[in-house]
Amino acid sequence: MSIAITTQFICFTVLSLVILIGALGVVLLESIVYSAFLLGGVFMSVAGLYLLLNASFVAAAQVLVYVGAVNVLIIFAIMLVNKKEDLKPINDIKSRRIISTTICLTLLSLLIRVDLTNVWSLSSPQNSIGEESTIRIGEHLFSDYLLPFEVASVLLLMAMIGAIVLARRDVMSKDISTGLPVDQELIEKKAEPLLTNKN
Amino acid sequence: MHLESIPIQAFLIVSSALFCIGIWGLLNSRNAVRVLMSIELMLNAVNINLMAFSSYVDNNLIQGQVFTIFVITVAAAEAAVGLAILLSLYRNRVTVDMESFNLLKW
Repeated sequence: MSIAITTQFICFTVLSLVILIGALGVVLLESIVYSAFLLGGVFMSVAGLYLLLNASFVAAAQVLVYVGAVNVLIIFAIMLVNKKEDLKPINDIKSRRIISTTICLTLLSLLIRVDLTNVWSLSSPQNSIGEESTIRIGEHLFSDYLLPFEVASVLLLMAMIGAIVLARRDVMSKDISTGLPVDQELIEKKAEPLLTNKN
Repeated sequence: MHLESIPIQAFLIVSSALFCIGIWGLLNSRNAVRVLMSIELMLNAVNINLMAFSSYVDNNLIQGQVFTIFVITVAAAEAAVGLAILLSLYRNRVTVDMESFNLLKW
């Protein structure tokens, strides 16, 4: 990349701060809608990091798939299940928080120690193919990664059909409990939820 | 201190921190949608790692970028199926509180 090193450092610092503060906001904020929009910001900043790493194609894919599809899907899910409810208090919430925070901080210190102490065998930047990476990704996808590429298409088809099957309302010809035929009107009816009021 | 480029350790530390934030959110969220968001955060942390190694260690063959493409594909499929499961759960239990999904608890 031909950007001056100082500019790269400034961009990296800003993007990392946005990523980390945004991720903390996603996890900690009270309102789930704010979390969803912050998540979009985090995805955009990750795409910026990819641009810093000379990967314009993956950055574009990140913006298209994550911000354009996954984030919109999450916002739709929030709109569909957005119900104000008073959560039942958990009695041992404090010890749970302490234990999980300890686990996360321990894992973080372990990972950072590995990052800093390991000697990475870095290749020389002269080999860098830079902007040709899109061509190289295409060659990979249609030669040595052809089988995973085709399997990924089957996986996407399976996910699509699975999501439709899981998310649609059950349409049955007979009522399970009474055995009477069900009228198949397209009007939304108030259905009794199946598994409520257990314990 | 003079450096030619950003050290790879900086990318690795950012991705480690993002991964740990994701785990914390996964363990502590009461809302099921937030759990899915935490999973997405963790997947993004893994992707940053793959991209950093692809750029610094293997910058001629860039197999890490191909891996990242596949991870993005699987993440999209996972988000679609996960949210469908969430909708079906919400239809059956009328809540998204993770503490109330205890049918398998003995």
